[in-house]
This record gives sequence, C-alpha cells and structure tokens, in this order.
Amino acid sequence: MRLDQAARSLFLTEFLGAFALSMRYFFKPKRTLNYPHEKNPQSPRYRGEHALRRYPNGEERCIACKLCEAICPAQAITIEAGPRRNDGTRRTTRYDIDMVKCIYCGLCQEACPVDAIVEGPNAEFSVETREELLYDKQKLLDNGDRWEREIARNIAMDAPYR
Amino acid sequence: MTKIVVDGVEVDVPADYTLLQACEAAGAEIPRFCFHERLSIAGNCRMCLVELKGAPKPVASCAWGVKDCRPGPNGELPTVVTKSPMVKKARNGVMEFLLINHPLDCPICDQGGECDLQDQAMAFGVAGSRFHENKRAVEDKYIGPLVRTSMNRCIHCTRCVRFTAEVAGTGDMGAIGRGEDMEITTYLETSLGSELQANIADLCPVGALLPKPYPFKARPWELTKTETVDVMDALGSAIRVDSRGKEVVRILPRVNDAVNEEWISDKTRHMADGLKSQRLDRPYVRRNGRLAPATWGEAFAAIATKVKAAKLERIGAIAGDLVAVEEMFALQQLLAKLGVKNLDCRQDGTVLHPRFGRASYIFNPTVAGIEEADSLWIIGSNPRKESPVLNARIRKRWLRGNFPINVIGEHADLTYATTYHGAGTDTLSDFAGRAEVTGERPLVLVGQGALTRGDGAAVLAQVVKLAQGLGAIKEGWNGLAVLHTAAARVGGLDLGFVPGEGGLTAHQMAAAGALDVLFLLGADEIDVAPGAFVVYQGSHGDRGAHRADVILPGSAYTEKPGLYVNTEGRVQRGDRAAFPPGDAREDWAILRALSDVLGAKLPFDSHRALREALVAAHPHFGELDAIAAGETSGLGELAEIGGTLDKAPFVSPISDFYLTNPIARASAVMAECSALHANRLRQPLAAE
Repeated sequence: MRLDQAARSLFLTEFLGAFALSMRYFFKPKRTLNYPHEKNPQSPRYRGEHALRRYPNGEERCIACKLCEAICPAQAITIEAGPRRNDGTRRTTRYDIDMVKCIYCGLCQEACPVDAIVEGPNAEFSVETREELLYDKQKLLDNGDRWEREIARNIAMDAPYR
Repeated sequence: MTKIVVDGVEVDVPADYTLLQACEAAGAEIPRFCFHERLSIAGNCRMCLVELKGAPKPVASCAWGVKDCRPGPNGELPTVVTKSPMVKKARNGVMEFLLINHPLDCPICDQGGECDLQDQAMAFGVAGSRFHENKRAVEDKYIGPLVRTSMNRCIHCTRCVRFTAEVAGTGDMGAIGRGEDMEITTYLETSLGSELQANIADLCPVGALLPKPYPFKARPWELTKTETVDVMDALGSAIRVDSRGKEVVRILPRVNDAVNEEWISDKTRHMADGLKSQRLDRPYVRRNGRLAPATWGEAFAAIATKVKAAKLERIGAIAGDLVAVEEMFALQQLLAKLGVKNLDCRQDGTVLHPRFGRASYIFNPTVAGIEEADSLWIIGSNPRKESPVLNARIRKRWLRGNFPINVIGEHADLTYATTYHGAGTDTLSDFAGRAEVTGERPLVLVGQGALTRGDGAAVLAQVVKLAQGLGAIKEGWNGLAVLHTAAARVGGLDLGFVPGEGGLTAHQMAAAGALDVLFLLGADEIDVAPGAFVVYQGSHGDRGAHRADVILPGSAYTEKPGLYVNTEGRVQRGDRAAFPPGDAREDWAILRALSDVLGAKLPFDSHRALREALVAAHPHFGELDAIAAGETSGLGELAEIGGTLDKAPFVSPISDFYLTNPIARASAVMAECSALHANRLRQPLAAE
C-alpha cells in the first residue's frame, strides 16, 4: 500500500467528499414539480387542446373555408359546409376533429384566416374512453367559450412576432 | 406560316395566329383573364402583356396578330419577350389594378382553389395593397336559378357577355356604365333564356358567377374527378363528374372538340341533385295492389313464376333512353336464350331500323362536320331543345356566314336566322320532289319529331329523297343527319335491339292485352296499359316504377361503367363516379342474376367478360371514340318506301327541355328551371 493511499483511507476524504455532494444537492432548489398542484410556466405559443372561437358579439368565427382540413397532415379534421339557414352565410354544418389522429402540429391555426380554430393552452383533457376524443363542433365551440380569455391573451402576446 | 422569335425560340406559326397563340406554341405561358379560345377577342384585361421588340409599350398579346409584327431594321424576325423585367412590371401593375376592387374574400368564395385570379395573383401579385380608398361595391344581380352572382368580385373580363352573345346566341347579358361604374347585368334582372347559360359559371375566371345549386358544398381539392359521358341527350357530351365521398357534387364539361367543344347544357350540368332523390334503393314487389319492399330473391321469384307461366309470344322487353349498351346486350342475350322476340329500344316509336344500314339512323356528317357543311335543312326538329350544344355548333357555323338554313317543322327561335318553309309533310314532299344540287356539302338534319309519327317511314323516305336530290349523299360526304333524343338509342339500334321476326314494337307491347309479362329496362317514357305484369329495372321512381309490379333497383349512369353511342354513332365509354344507393346494383349484374333464376344463365360473370362478349358480337363497340362509317347502300331502298303522308305538322318530341328523363324529373333544380321557363313563355317582354 502506498503512503498517499493510506493517508486517504485514514482521513476518510472520499467519504467526506461524497457527503458534501449529497448535502449540496440536498439544499439546492428542487427540479421536480408537485403536479397537479404546481405547473410549469407556459409559452403563449403552447399548442394544447383545440377550440373554435367566437367574435365578441357571439358570432362564430369559422367561415368553412376548409383550409385547416386541407392542411391537416394527419387528416384529423372533417368539415361539411353549407349556407346558414337564417342569413345564407357560409358556415360549417359539421366540424369534427379526431383528437386521436391529431399530432398537435398547429398547422390548422396557422392556416385559419379568421383565427377561428386555435390550439389553446389546455393540456388536461384526458378522458376515459376513446370516443370522447372525437370532438364535434359543439364541443370545440364550448372549449372556445371556456378558454377565450387565455386564448385571446396568448394571441395578443404572440402578435408582435407575426 | 410566319416566323417569330419568342424568348429566343424561333417558331413557325400560321399567319392568323395571335401573339398569345404564338407564345403558347413556343412553350411560353401567358396569363390571361378575358381571352378564351372559343370566344371573340376583347383585349380588356391587359394581363397578357408581352414585350414586342420595337414597340414603345408592352402589347396585349391576345389582340395582336403575328402578321402585324414588323421585322427589325436589318430584316430580323419579330421578337417577343415574355419574361423580361418590363413584362413582369407591367403584369404586376395590371394585377394591382385588378385587385384594387376585388374583395379579399377568397376563404368564403366557392371559386377558391380553382380561381384564375387567385392563381395569377400568386405569380404576379404584390404582398400588400397601396389602395387606401373605399373599394367599389356592386349589388348582386339575379340572373336565374343556375348562376349565383357576387358582383363585387367581377373583374369585367366580359367572357359571360361574349358567351351569351356568340355561343348561346341569346345575348341577354351586357355591361352598362363606364370605368368604375361598369356593371355586368341582364338589364332587366330576368333569368337568362339560354339552355347553355350555366357555362358562364365555368367561363368566369373569378368567383363572380358561380353555380347556384349547392353553394359552399365542397372545395375543388376534395373532389374525386371521374371522366365520363353525358346521357341527358343523344349528343354524348364529354363530362367530368366530381364526387365527394358517395355523393355526386357537380358535373363539369370536358373538352372534346369532336362533340361538345367545351360546353354542356344546363340539364347535363344541373340535374346532379336528381341523382340523390327518388332513388330506388331496394327491390319491391306489388302485393295486394301496393308495392312492398322485398328481397332480391323474392323479386326474382315473383318474376320467374310469371315468366314460366306466360307463353313466349306474350313476353316482351323495352329498353329505355338512358341505359348503357352492355345492359341492352345482356337483356338481348337473355331474351334470345328464352326465345322471346318482342323486344324494342324505341319507346318513342321512331321508325329508324338497323335493316336499312347504319347510315339510315346516325348523324352521318358528324357534329364537327356541321362546320364543313354549306347549307342546312332542319326537318321536324328543334335542335335547341333536343341538343342545345349541337345547336351551338350550328350557330357557330352560321356565324361564319354563307350558310342558308331551311326549316320544315316547328317555327321556333333557334338562335340563328332561318328560312321557314312550312310545318309538315306537304312542304317536305314538295321540296323532295324538286330539290336541286346547290352546294358541295348540304346537310339534312331530321329530328324525331318527324320520325315518331304513324307515317314516320314515309317521312323518312321523303327526307332521304330530299337529301339525294340536294346531292347530300355521295362519295366522301353523307349529309343525312338523324338527330336522336335518347342517349341509348343508337347503341340499341347498333345491337339490333328491335323486334325479331313477328315481334311487337314498343307501342304494340304497351297496348292493352298485348302481353302477359313486360320487362322495362329503364323505360319511363312509355305508358303501359293495365293488364300485363310489369317488371321495371331502373334507378329512379318514375313512370315505369309506378306502373311496375316488381321493381329491380338499378344504377344511374354515374354509378356504372358502360358504353354509350351518341347520335353520330361514336362509341364512348362512361365510368363510375359513385356507387348506387342501398341494395341497388349495376344493371348488367341484375340481369345476370335474373338469368340464373329464369334458367337461362348468361355466360359472363364480370363486366369485363360482358364487354368482351359484346365486342366479339359487335366489333365496332371495341373502338372507343371512333365512328364506324354508315353503309349508304340501304338508303336507296329506304327512299323508295311509299306510304301515305299525314298532313299534320311536325312537332318536336321534347315539350319541356328540362324534364325529359327520370333523373331530370327527380331534380329540384330542373323543376325550378322548367317552371321559370314556362313562366317566361307566358310573359311578354317589357318592350312588347
């Protein structure tokens, strides 16, 4: 046994070094979050659950141009259109998103000329059956109503970069 | 031929070409809005500007003839540049002006995705607008039930105005006002009076004129396009059926210079909603006087019982106007196996018969041949109602001038000037007796109005005599032109789907007490007297189905592959764009299944085998888009048929253009057109 090895063993330097490291990490701030009580900060560009928005006067924004349907790489969107009964304007009669197919790429909201379909900040929409993930127009409009404040704020925050 | 240099490429083009055509011949693409190959040149959109060496400004290539170009100072060839910065700048400027007043509503415009302005704005547009004033606003006009207007979008190319004036010949559109106040209008806000009016929606390069039925229904990119042929009239126009999923959304013309150029009639285009309503989607059997839903097996069993109980000479079959050649062939084979001789494809009672050779029942000079003719006789026909696209071809020839048109029969507005000679057989036999050779290529057009009468054979003989007298039947030119009204008729006559030895004709079969079992293959235009057990096979619940005791649901022409022979004798192939609804099946397959039950099994199990058998029996069906020339030797014999002539005037068989067949009668759009047309006839014009 060499002399320096003997000295390290005698003075427990490795043990003390390891202990110091443990203590350093013990007193550092934690990286893990106590989800769901704690959450990460979210970018305004966060692409979560889809929503169909309305204008402030309650008029639905979507004009059934079908650009989102055309651009959707997963072909998750299905639209049927026709003139609305009371005023003959172009509206969707059916707007379905298959959330199982969706890859959350955000191309639908990029394509939308009227900011009607958006991916909102909500990521907590897990369900128990698969069928619940086949969203129809009513579900999407309800999402829009529920998340309108956050969505509008996010769009406003992102606007300078567009 | 004139030589010209386009973008450094030397081309040799005919002297009557315009610069635009020369550029295209050299492979250079020229953007355009107002220019259209089949309309006159307006030169008002200025999008086709090119640089002509020596000219101080860019020139509108659509309105500049190749022969108007001067050579260079040292005798160089005229030089055109289509890609220089000057051209690019000029086109950018034109596009900016066009977009000044064009609304930015592409997302809600049905033209989006197939819009010339949209496409060309991608190439020549600038990203932003420098126009800060108010955009022009124009009120939308009512121009009929087929074309929806959105006049803010109009860029005043005047294609629609030129189409109604030149091709349709009604001239009921025009432009009023100048500059910013210019508006395209029908002046009195009336519906258009042409049977070709819906074509203006195709011509419109922007979304100002759009098809009115089914607004906002589909985008062009989500449609499946199937190329097929039309069966609404005997012309067999080339069409493209656009379907979305199971549903036929719209029907568009295809270019076929030999038949329809690029026009189709309103009925061809807009009866598409009739394909969805009144459909027979399951077999029915009449029980206790009421039609009750049944299974295929029950329906076949009901037929088999009746057929086995009936004597052979008390069984008959009539083929309708919209059926394909294959079905008629299959039915003919089945009847031959059973030994039935009562069969007929001529439910309107026309006297045309394959006995006199093919030349006696086809449009011998061909549709394109109308343009080579130098005079025209129209006998017992109203081509405007019987085949509007063919009528447009006659008008096109007439516009070139030096084309006398003589009419015997109905005195109707055919959109061109005619010399009216008389209404009926007296005039015809008078002219047939003293006809002289006047020109190289006279054309004698005879319609079903003259041939479906009791004295039809004698009339046909007189017509042939007239054609012979005029020198219309000779080597290299056969001017005898039979205009049919049914898409299936020439195919049926080619097959010999006519009564056998001692067999009954369609009208005899439909008479009371003539038959015990009558099979109607899509035959709806004939009234069957009570008594017989009627089996109806077809696609729509119309006259035939109402009379039927057993209904076999077949498919409409967009739902099956099939051959059709048009009035010229041109064999054309239709294709499947959608599937028949419910339990309905392709017609040949129904006949094949029925043959098994009747104990006379047909020897084909696939459509391909059926077509092979058909071509083996009748080789000319194997040559698509070709016309097997008619044998004229039988015409001499035909001209000798005597018989007394009825003095009654000739009446066109089509009383209502919009409601001639079961599909059109099921269409709400056609019903609206028909009602509007009837109203129009009743009301005097404002100026009268």
